[in-house]
Amino acid sequence: MLHFVWLVPTLPLAGFFMLALVGSRLPRAATAVIGAGTVGLSALISMLIGAAFMTNPPPDYFYSQDLWMWINASGFTAAIGLYLDALALLMMVVVTFVAFLIHLYSTEFMIDDDGYSRFFAYMNLFVASMLMLVLGGNLLLLYLGWEGVGLCSYLLIGFWYSDPANGAAAQKAFIVTRIGDTAMAIGLFLLVTKLGTLDIQTLMRRAAEAWQVGSALPIAAAALLLAGALGKSAQLPLQTWLPDAMAGPTPVSALIHAATMVTAGVYLIARMHGLFLLAPPVLTAVAVIGAATLLVAGVSALMQRDIKRVLAYSTISQIGYMFLALGVGAWTAAMFHFMTHALFKSLLFLGAGAIIMSLHHEHDIFKMGGLRRKLPVTFWTFLVASASLAGFPLVTAGFYSKDLILWNAWSSSRGSPWLWAAGLAGAFLTGIYIFRLVFTVFYGEEHGHMEKSPGLRIHIPLVVLAVLAVVAGFVEAPEFLGGKPWFSGFMETALPSPVKSPVVSGSETLFEFAAGVVALAAIGLAYILFLRARLMVQRLGLSTTGRLAARYFFVGWGFDWLYDRVLIRPFIRLCGFAKDDFIDRVYGGIAFAIRLFHHALSSTETGRVRWYAAGIVFGAVVLVAIAVFL
Amino acid sequence: MNVAAIPMPYGLMLATVLFALGLVGVLVRRNVVFVLMSIEVMLNAAGLAFVTAGSRWSQADGQVMFLMILATAGAEVSVGLALVLQLYRHFRTLDVDSASNMRG
Repeated sequence: MLHFVWLVPTLPLAGFFMLALVGSRLPRAATAVIGAGTVGLSALISMLIGAAFMTNPPPDYFYSQDLWMWINASGFTAAIGLYLDALALLMMVVVTFVAFLIHLYSTEFMIDDDGYSRFFAYMNLFVASMLMLVLGGNLLLLYLGWEGVGLCSYLLIGFWYSDPANGAAAQKAFIVTRIGDTAMAIGLFLLVTKLGTLDIQTLMRRAAEAWQVGSALPIAAAALLLAGALGKSAQLPLQTWLPDAMAGPTPVSALIHAATMVTAGVYLIARMHGLFLLAPPVLTAVAVIGAATLLVAGVSALMQRDIKRVLAYSTISQIGYMFLALGVGAWTAAMFHFMTHALFKSLLFLGAGAIIMSLHHEHDIFKMGGLRRKLPVTFWTFLVASASLAGFPLVTAGFYSKDLILWNAWSSSRGSPWLWAAGLAGAFLTGIYIFRLVFTVFYGEEHGHMEKSPGLRIHIPLVVLAVLAVVAGFVEAPEFLGGKPWFSGFMETALPSPVKSPVVSGSETLFEFAAGVVALAAIGLAYILFLRARLMVQRLGLSTTGRLAARYFFVGWGFDWLYDRVLIRPFIRLCGFAKDDFIDRVYGGIAFAIRLFHHALSSTETGRVRWYAAGIVFGAVVLVAIAVFL
Repeated sequence: MNVAAIPMPYGLMLATVLFALGLVGVLVRRNVVFVLMSIEVMLNAAGLAFVTAGSRWSQADGQVMFLMILATAGAEVSVGLALVLQLYRHFRTLDVDSASNMRG
């Protein structure tokens, strides 16, 4: 079964080629079958491979498949080779499964769009690239997928390109992630020149042999890779592109900007854990950046009016949790949170899409309200996902995954009480902002009118994801519930287990209790503030300091403003200054001469026949004179 | 053959004079009919030069070329006169200078 792994990325790629070549001539039903069907088949094969891998694991818990030699030049080789271990398997199954549900949802969501086949072509290309990223056995192939998903993200953010604002958002996303990607490319050059290979497993082995822990080279290489991960995963200081990326269609936000692509940075760090373990300062930076990001984005999410922007800041914040987990060495906790986050966050986006579609493209949460009776399925599934995101105790998946991170932030040898406190404060913020959204959108007075109700192909993904957003947590049930840490047991075949601090005070159960209380308190506070005592919040919002603070957090702590002043404007001024250099004058001179000749010649085009005849005579005389006398 | 009694320079000189007359006619005349007639004169001057050269070397080529020039001139005149008629209908004048619609 495992040798069919090459089919998993190939099927969506084939779908992309079919749709790109003949998609515009196919009827919509055929486009939907190709677009969703190829990804569905790919999801089915991934799950069969997953089952085969778990029931009958390959030796040493990895399976690699070299398809063909890609580059073989002067000692450097890179193969088109797939590498499947527990980490890649988890990513592959989650990506294909969530992608299939979102494709299914899109077949109805996008049905009235003129670019139906273009949409599915881009989406299929995205899935193929993402799978290449996840399954690539060497960093070059991973980088190919990495850039492929970046391209698809650009194409899909700017999908409705007739509005210039969407194009600007797409370019912003592309350029900001490109800053990280450039650093990552430099990191790859560093690794290949120092270690002579890009094959991930060989690389990590050689790095461990050649480099001391904490020496300069692994720190530089890990820091450069981290920069790439920060750009892709929208972490501080490169997080500004993600809220604007919500300009794309909602299924795109669900798939690319919530569930899969933005977690590529988490995957990269987990995949290169051997290198990062050689660079403890960089790992500390990962944890600190994660903690800072989850707080910054959490506060911003609290102030947004646009439903998708709330979810975008929430995504940044949740990926901050994953970085925090990676930074404290809790690799499996990060991957566990990646899995649950992919499920409940894509569900939140799909629910938001159903609301937006029903209300005729209304994004403002204060123009919604009282939707729980009109959209019952959307309401219940959204509620489940919100509870999971907020970490509602015991029943939701998000509780278990977030809790594992918080516990590791406290108990790991790399953890600290500060990181734990930041995570707990973030959990409190999460509960408030997501239930602010729930209470504003689904409760209260009814605003606006319904355009149309979502159909079956929208409801099926919602319900499936809602079920999973609850039960997915039980694969890693904590000890006091009598569960076995089955998930981390499986993941630790590929990732090292966290190193416990020798002096741990408190037990996991106690911390789980604290996290549960915090989540419930946050939900309760949101209930009081946004449903019972609405007026108090409004009065606070109207006071001068309240207004200023709300404005500041609404624009995402002013990072856009800062980058505009510090980077963009000086650059534009420099460009204006360098515009008239001497090289430019040469080209300007050529253009000037051409314009001069053009005016001279066009002034002879008078329409007077006799002048033309005289011109011909003059020319003939000159030619004859040349022929005779020269 | 007493045709050869006329020396070639005389024939060529006559052709040159005819050509110059025709050329001056094309350049100075504004009436389009006279322009066409002047072009005929220039064509015939060229034909005379061919015939003269043909007789100098006793070759038939010059006369063959003259026949071709006659045919070309006939074709040219038929098209030219048709254009003259259209010109007159459109502009109500035969003045080539005032028939220009171009600016600049």
